[in-house]
Amino acid sequence: MTRLLQRLFGRLPIGWLQLTHKRGRFAAALSGVAFANVLVFVQLGLMNAMGAATLKPYGFFQADIMISASDANALSDGGNVARQWMLQALADPDVAEGMGLFVGNVPWDRGDKDITFTTFGIDPARSGCVTPGVIEDLPLLQVQGVTILDRLARGLPREEAAAIRPQTPLSFETQGRTLSAVGTFAGGGGFGGDGFMVVSDQTFLSLFPTRSSAAPDHILLRLRPGANVPATITRLHSLISDKSLRIRSYADAGAEDLRYQQTQRPTGVIFGFGVLIGVLVGLVIVYQVLSADVADHLREYATFKAMGYGPRFFVGIVTEEALVLGVLGFLPGLVIGTAILTLMAAVTTLPLTMTAGMAVTVFTGTVVFSTLSGIIATRRLVAADPADLF
Amino acid sequence: MATENPIVAVRALNHWFGIGDARKQALDDINIDLPRGSFTVLMGPSGSGKTTLLTLIGCLRSVQDGSARLLGQELQGADDDVLTRLRQRLGFIFQAHNLHESLTALQNVMMGVQVRQGVTDALAKQAAARVLGLVGLSDRVDYLPANLSGGQKQRVAVARALAGNPALVLADEPTAALDKDSAADVVDLLKRLAAERGTTTLLVTHDNRILDRADRILTLQDGRIVSISGKG
Repeated sequence: MTRLLQRLFGRLPIGWLQLTHKRGRFAAALSGVAFANVLVFVQLGLMNAMGAATLKPYGFFQADIMISASDANALSDGGNVARQWMLQALADPDVAEGMGLFVGNVPWDRGDKDITFTTFGIDPARSGCVTPGVIEDLPLLQVQGVTILDRLARGLPREEAAAIRPQTPLSFETQGRTLSAVGTFAGGGGFGGDGFMVVSDQTFLSLFPTRSSAAPDHILLRLRPGANVPATITRLHSLISDKSLRIRSYADAGAEDLRYQQTQRPTGVIFGFGVLIGVLVGLVIVYQVLSADVADHLREYATFKAMGYGPRFFVGIVTEEALVLGVLGFLPGLVIGTAILTLMAAVTTLPLTMTAGMAVTVFTGTVVFSTLSGIIATRRLVAADPADLF
Repeated sequence: MATENPIVAVRALNHWFGIGDARKQALDDINIDLPRGSFTVLMGPSGSGKTTLLTLIGCLRSVQDGSARLLGQELQGADDDVLTRLRQRLGFIFQAHNLHESLTALQNVMMGVQVRQGVTDALAKQAAARVLGLVGLSDRVDYLPANLSGGQKQRVAVARALAGNPALVLADEPTAALDKDSAADVVDLLKRLAAERGTTTLLVTHDNRILDRADRILTLQDGRIVSISGKG
């Protein structure tokens, strides 16, 4: 390693030699950097999982435009939209199909634990608004009390879910009703529920008697091929007299939901702060290590100054140390972070995974912030006055 | 006492520490020349200004009043870059060896060579090994300072100071921490190598045991040169 760095820098790798001279301290420093990396990985993993979980249900449906109430910041948030606006929207020549989407949480008491399903009520006849290949067997939903269940729901035994078929439905009671699951689809646990469930709008209304068929949570619109989405939204704004409604592209609705979850919801803000704290912890650890190292070697640095070494040489040493700590601390951080995320994913069924993007982001951040710490630590070098050596 | 082309030429040099009522004069009207290749010992009681003079000539402090020319360059008013470049042409030996604890003897000496721009790693290694051989430490090149005796460490420090072929070696009490035999060894070594290379040496000491090795002895008292004796 010393020879490699010597070739790389074209000089003695003094930073490396200094760090590795006291192996115990070096190991502790690397552990500190690795710990900060793990913190950031876990928080980033949670943030990404929240993003993936937020956008997951958007993938169940296909639409170009979504109409929501003014306070509907998320798919499962906010007030209702009068179904009459869907009919009004269908008057636009570019709108091909519309569907009311009902959303509510349905608990399933399984004795040992409850499973909360985020339940979507849809019109099974309007299959054009449901993503093909994701949710199958839609016609079966026309039978009252029939549901298609999320086989990846948290708390639902996999073998139990695997046995669900039209011929062998799984019946269970919820909200005082008996539902029969006749099929499954791949959803997964999120932060607002343990999984998803799709029912017909009629079944949904029987589960939520206070809701009205005339007021779904959202209206999904599909446009004719080649239609201009922004232009259609502009026309719909003038066509629909309720100016408080949010008429957005379906993609924008998902993006705004994600932004809302990450910046307005406590969980998102907490995860964001978690990342920030991880970065700060890493910055402080590297700074402390380098600062202590500079203080320990002030006499040697003063000697080098007396010998005629200039400021760039010292910044080079401290930066070299920062990079060594950053790079070598990252590797165990990556391994431990991946292990923790895998374990957490298995326990929570959240989509917690180590992605290449996360690894690259954290590595880049580690190198940048380690270097920043190193540059801050070089301020202590001013105290290395060679005249004091005599 | 003017000499032709001296390595160091000091004229009417004054230096003070502190400000206001606390201001104290450390050097008072110093005039000296250090001829090329000379071996000069600077003596005097504690607080007489020896170290101040050494640090001024060594470009480690700024000249306040008077003139000090080093290698033909006036130090009065010289900026940090000029002083740093000049220091690259000097060799320093300190009372404590000040070797870098994480570097081997060879690597410590290499630092004394690599301070000059354009010296490759291989050249520095070669020069360092050669000088370590001259100080009798060929078999200790890969030792860390912690594994060397006091005398060996000081010999490495001498090697580090000389490895870059400096024009001037400034040594501050290099034998203070050594026993009698080691002290004599180090000074003899320093003098022999300096003579072989034509290096000028200014050595500050209280050690009367090494006075007979000096070409000239300057004695400072209360910031003034009170006597100059010797062969030069």
